[in-house]
Amino acid sequence: MAPKLPLHHPVEQSSTANAGGQAAAHPAPRYGIKRWLLTTNHKEIGSLYLIFSLTMFFIGGIFAMVVRAELFQPGLQLVEPEFFNQMTTMHGLIMVFGAIMPSFVGLANWMIPLQIGAPDMALPRLNNFSFWLLPVAFTLLLSTLLMPGGGPNFGWTFYAPLSTTYAPPSTTFFILSLHIAGISSILGAINIIATVLNLRAPGMRMMDMPLFCWTWLITAFLLIAVMPVLAGAVTMMLMDINFGTSFFNAAGGGDPVLFQHLFWFFGHPEVYIMILPAFGIVSAIIPTFSRKRLFGYASMVYATGAIAILSFMVWAHHMFTVGMPLTAELFFMYTTMLIAVPTGVKVFNWVATMFRGSISFDPPMLFALAFVVQFTIGGFSGLMLAISPADFQYHDTYFVVAHFHYVLVPGALFAILAAAYYWLPKWTGHYPNLRLAHWHFWLSVIGVNLTFFPMHFAGLAGMPRRIPDYALQFADFNLASSLGGFLFGASQLLFVWLIIKCVRGGEKAPAKAWEGAEDLEWSVPSPAPLHTFEHPPTFRHESK
Amino acid sequence: METRQHETTPRAKGVRRTVTRTLFALAGMFAFAFALVPLYDVFCEVTGLNGKVDTQGRALIAGEVDQSRAVSVQFVTRTSAGLPWNLEMETRQIRVHPGQSAEVGFAFHNTADTAIRGRAVPSVTPARANLYLRKLACFCFQEQHLQAGERVEFPLIFQLTRDLPADISTVTLVYTLYPVADEAALQARASSDKGGEA
Repeated sequence: MAPKLPLHHPVEQSSTANAGGQAAAHPAPRYGIKRWLLTTNHKEIGSLYLIFSLTMFFIGGIFAMVVRAELFQPGLQLVEPEFFNQMTTMHGLIMVFGAIMPSFVGLANWMIPLQIGAPDMALPRLNNFSFWLLPVAFTLLLSTLLMPGGGPNFGWTFYAPLSTTYAPPSTTFFILSLHIAGISSILGAINIIATVLNLRAPGMRMMDMPLFCWTWLITAFLLIAVMPVLAGAVTMMLMDINFGTSFFNAAGGGDPVLFQHLFWFFGHPEVYIMILPAFGIVSAIIPTFSRKRLFGYASMVYATGAIAILSFMVWAHHMFTVGMPLTAELFFMYTTMLIAVPTGVKVFNWVATMFRGSISFDPPMLFALAFVVQFTIGGFSGLMLAISPADFQYHDTYFVVAHFHYVLVPGALFAILAAAYYWLPKWTGHYPNLRLAHWHFWLSVIGVNLTFFPMHFAGLAGMPRRIPDYALQFADFNLASSLGGFLFGASQLLFVWLIIKCVRGGEKAPAKAWEGAEDLEWSVPSPAPLHTFEHPPTFRHESK
Repeated sequence: METRQHETTPRAKGVRRTVTRTLFALAGMFAFAFALVPLYDVFCEVTGLNGKVDTQGRALIAGEVDQSRAVSVQFVTRTSAGLPWNLEMETRQIRVHPGQSAEVGFAFHNTADTAIRGRAVPSVTPARANLYLRKLACFCFQEQHLQAGERVEFPLIFQLTRDLPADISTVTLVYTLYPVADEAALQARASSDKGGEA
């Protein structure tokens, strides 16, 4: 269901008006599968990323439905516990590495060149390569489910020695797929950094960029810093499993706790990799539909930078119960709580942007507003988890599950949906169907909160995570969560239907599809022609 | 010709510079991940975190014994799966004065009918006590090689120094036995176990 990008769009915008003479510089368009296999166009690659992540979202979603169906009532009904463990693990891996991360890269591919007035990404061929690594990585990962002994069953955090000494034989394939996906993310990050730093339109300073470019630039630096650490950690696993080393094996002088340190040194910045671009999206949408400039642009940039730096100093709050000395518990508790400050600055700025604005509640704005509220709920439960003594109660319970799903689903995912609604007119030339959008939004909000809110209570009452069966007193909470999960899962089908309808037709969108939208992408026609800004536009400074 | 032209534009130069720098950063971070392995051990040893214990003997500190207080020292031994050994000890708990040296007898016993190589990995709780624990002799300093059914006695000679913080009244020494010999055979057995399950 690729959005139909016009192959030959007449060059009609003023900034490219004199680009007609250059048309011969483009290779002849390819057709069929080759068009997509060999494309170096940032818009086509962006679409590929988005379609890929949507597919992965549904595959990971099916795994989640299996989990919720098993937990619908106490006792073992549908699946074996061994398979249940594979489902929770694969759900996490697919959603983190296959759905959320690639969808942000897809949005970056599509929108960053348009937002900074660049003709394409800085390294178009590398861009093609980094996309096509993904289907390889995830086919390999999914194929482990069919292997003898089953797929990964040790949780998405793959703690050693569960993932080394006691792992299924397919773990080597899992490691390889994670390596490939990691290389893809790294190449994507290099490309984004090179684009943002070098290809901005003449006159556009760093502090003139839309916030989405800023948050993605900082995200890309995080990726460069931590993906190699993940690669190192899984390489050590690979050597422990296959070459007899003992990085994480106490018998040979190694230390399983070292794995947790390495993993979370990657893992904590990773959670910001999955939320910072969402901050950028919401910072574009709220000003547009409030018809005001973003409140506190500079403070937003600094807050993003502060969150990124702090993210390297908090990792051990994921392992408070591992047996750390009191000093370390306190250090990681305070640094974690410190993150609430720049995050609070952001939430404050979004609210202040809306203050006395002329707000309209179009679908992108609905999702962005839901993001702000629901992400803040996730932030607050995060603060509770940051309290080290309290964490000894919450650790590895459903409270943690509720927390990270609140920041990732009603948080990051809602921001991605908001971005899709916001930029669909630019991608397809049509407005999304309003009725469907409203149905999708309200069913999603109800479904998502019905799924994840009761998990807080189940967790506080002591329900452990990653179990296929539970004590009877958790039955009601789980029933509600499962019903909510099914509702949320089913309502995402509306989104697919809406996209198909939007690609095929609908109300025509002008270049500036939303009244309050001021960024550069709204100066090119809708749908955006395949080649834009071949001659850089002149950027006019606004007095900030 | 078109590409040549592109390569010399300032933009292309900037892109190349950015890419080179990020590649260096990437290589650096990958190396850093591996450097963290020794750094982690060094950090634990220096700070005494994590209960990591010296694996080499240290001289005891001569001097007065602090008779005013006594500390309980407990011994716990564990054997990991796949090692048919017992680590027997003379006593589970003794009381010592800070500064006083003490000797406790331990004995390894191989209950299998084959010769096996193994080692005891030590740890200390509370981890802080590690900085004040000195061992003159310990069976944990080297690997043990026991014939089938063999029993070997080994003394542990240690001292808790007089500057042991006053709030530490109990120190627990834990020794976990792990097999080290025949890594290949163990792995083969482990993988055949998994094959059986699959």
